[in-house]
Amino acid sequence: MIVVNTETIPGYVVRETKGLVQGNTIRAKHVGRDIAAGFKNLVGGELKGYTELLTEARRQAIERMLAQADELGANAIVNVRFSTSAVTQGAAELFAYGTAVVIEPEQR
Amino acid sequence: MWEFWLGVAPVPVLLVLGYSVGSWRERRHLAQLAAREQEMAGQVACTNLRHITAPQEVRQATLVMGQAVIASDYFKTFAAHLRNIVGGEVKAFETLMERARREAILRMLEEARALGACEVWNMRLGTSSITGTQQKNPAVSVEVFAFGTAVVRG
Repeated sequence: MIVVNTETIPGYVVRETKGLVQGNTIRAKHVGRDIAAGFKNLVGGELKGYTELLTEARRQAIERMLAQADELGANAIVNVRFSTSAVTQGAAELFAYGTAVVIEPEQR
Repeated sequence: MWEFWLGVAPVPVLLVLGYSVGSWRERRHLAQLAAREQEMAGQVACTNLRHITAPQEVRQATLVMGQAVIASDYFKTFAAHLRNIVGGEVKAFETLMERARREAILRMLEEARALGACEVWNMRLGTSSITGTQQKNPAVSVEVFAFGTAVVRG
């Protein structure tokens, strides 16, 4: 499965458009990370725990999107976008969406 | 009365700690970012255009991402609160955003380089915050997220 955030994939032609696919996940941070973050808010710097959490969550959202595309019989997702929203305090929703397409290598 | 002073006493200590350690860490981070950007400059080109045309054929295109969550220090947060009273430019948080943004872009470029890519197309930036919205815990941190399409030519 090829995933890109451009509208076309160089070297391939889009044969068929299968429609919008999406994946989302909502993650809450836990207390241990909160304590570390509280300390970091004194001295500043990167909150590694949160970075990890968000990376993980984004991967999960992408995986769910991929699963949907698979179901539709697509072999690529183009024009992928991400969005986040704060649902409740301390929890974030990560959302990935794109267009599932069927591609073929370009004839030369 | 003494109870009041006991409550107030840690504030100057935290301010000094936040200012000294915070600005030291910030300077170190900025220096590190500058060094990494310089190293990256000749290796991976980054653009927000949809595509770049080059004579060499594209072999592979993949989604790459980078993200960073950077927390403010006690002094910055305090200074920003003061700023909130009189209004105007919040300089203290500008460097915070800059650090997060540069870090996120660099991480994305590093992922692209690991794939053997020479370009990143259609780079987009997003921000979100999972902290700082609570009334009880007004901790400030920013999250910047960068993504794009890494292109391998050859």
